[in-house]
Amino acid sequence: MDLLTPGPGLIIWQAFVFLLLFLLLSKLAWKPILGSLKEREASIQQALDSAENAKKEMASLKADNEKLLREAREERDKILKEAREAANRMHDQAQADAKKNADKIIEDAKAIIHTEKNAALREVKAQVAMFSLEIAEKLIKKNLSDDKAQKELAETYIKELKLN
Amino acid sequence: MKKPFFATKSTFFGFILVVFASVFSPVLAAEEQEHEAEPFNASEVILHHVMDDHQWHFADWLVLPLPVIVYSEEQGLDIFSSSRFYDDHHQVVEYNGYKLEHNHIYLADSGKAVFDLSITKNVAMLFINAGLLLFVFLSVARGFQRNQGKAPKGLQSFFEPIILFVRDEIVKPNIGHHYEKYLPYMLTLFFFILFGNLLGLLPGAGNLTGNIAVTMTLAVFTFLITNFSGNKGYWGHIFWTPGVPLPLRIVILPVEIIGIFTKPFSLMIRLFVAITAGHIVLLSLICLTFIFGSILVGLGSSLIVLFINLIELLVAGIQAYVFTMFSSMYIGMAVADHGHDH
Repeated sequence: MDLLTPGPGLIIWQAFVFLLLFLLLSKLAWKPILGSLKEREASIQQALDSAENAKKEMASLKADNEKLLREAREERDKILKEAREAANRMHDQAQADAKKNADKIIEDAKAIIHTEKNAALREVKAQVAMFSLEIAEKLIKKNLSDDKAQKELAETYIKELKLN
Repeated sequence: MKKPFFATKSTFFGFILVVFASVFSPVLAAEEQEHEAEPFNASEVILHHVMDDHQWHFADWLVLPLPVIVYSEEQGLDIFSSSRFYDDHHQVVEYNGYKLEHNHIYLADSGKAVFDLSITKNVAMLFINAGLLLFVFLSVARGFQRNQGKAPKGLQSFFEPIILFVRDEIVKPNIGHHYEKYLPYMLTLFFFILFGNLLGLLPGAGNLTGNIAVTMTLAVFTFLITNFSGNKGYWGHIFWTPGVPLPLRIVILPVEIIGIFTKPFSLMIRLFVAITAGHIVLLSLICLTFIFGSILVGLGSSLIVLFINLIELLVAGIQAYVFTMFSSMYIGMAVADHGHDH
């Protein structure tokens, strides 16, 4: 049967053409095609990976941000608190200082007043004594200018003495 | 992963089908013209269509003579047109000391067969097939280069899923991690068979992939690659099957050795039979019309032929798939790491 017997001519042609086709297609078609396919798959994989990474980075960035924000808030609160405390302290201090100053001024004033008063009193006493002496002298000079008056006075004193 | 393939495949076939359906009616008409005059011999007509020929016979009024290239010790190398073997009345005549008998060329006086390297119908088909493959895949490759980093376009986007299918569904799972080395061969094999099958279905085309010389050559390539890449484990399994009692090993040895050859033999027969049988079925159904000489039968058989044609388109894809898959499997068995098997 001719149908079942392979013809040698066709075998040779087939082997030759197929080998040639294989070489040509391998070099000119399959190599670039498979290369590009591989490259594309790699780039898709890479894109997916980097997207995943970006997502992760985003998440960590967000967490970082929140942490930073929280820290900043804490810091602010701390600073505010400290400032308030410092202000209070300064206020108290100033108040205390002012009070002390005032007290001291008052104290000093009192002391001065006291000494001034004493001095004035002393002066007044001295003046009064002087005035009294002058008056007494004048009175004595006027009243005792004759003997009768002197006698009368002596008698008056004696009367007073008796009464006592 | 298999489902999407058949889905795209069926649309692919569907598309080609429309083209074929529109083309096939003239074929039937041509067949009618061909065989009206003589007493009708169906088996002769069918075999004539299925087998190789020294001329390309489209119709009785359209015959393409092909170059005859013969070599014999007596006459040396001779190249001439096959039309020299026919006179004006399509009768076979002798030419330059050669005679043509049942498609074989002999020396006229001694009757000795010559070495025939003619560009026969199938060789011409082979050239067309190779040219088409080169044209298609070089433009696909160009598409890949042009659209680098962009979405595939045109021819490239049509063939890319098929190339990926061959790589990911046929070659990779069957060969394993050494697959890249064999991928160019497998792709060439797959598309050679696929294009050959589809071209063979064209009206007037030669039956290239249904020719046993072609399928044998392809099977021999797979056979050579399988056995040259066979590793220690592969040969160990054949000559000294591990894990089997000693007496049995002696029984298994010849079976294994026969197995080396039955694998490519099955490849050769399967493709040859599948494609040739399909053509024979188609032609037989067409011949029914002329056997019965009835328009009604012609109408009926034409409808059935149309249906069988659809099946043939499916077979064209399946046989390309099967041949490539079994080739991959045989090579995969030869390069597999057998260490973990036992």
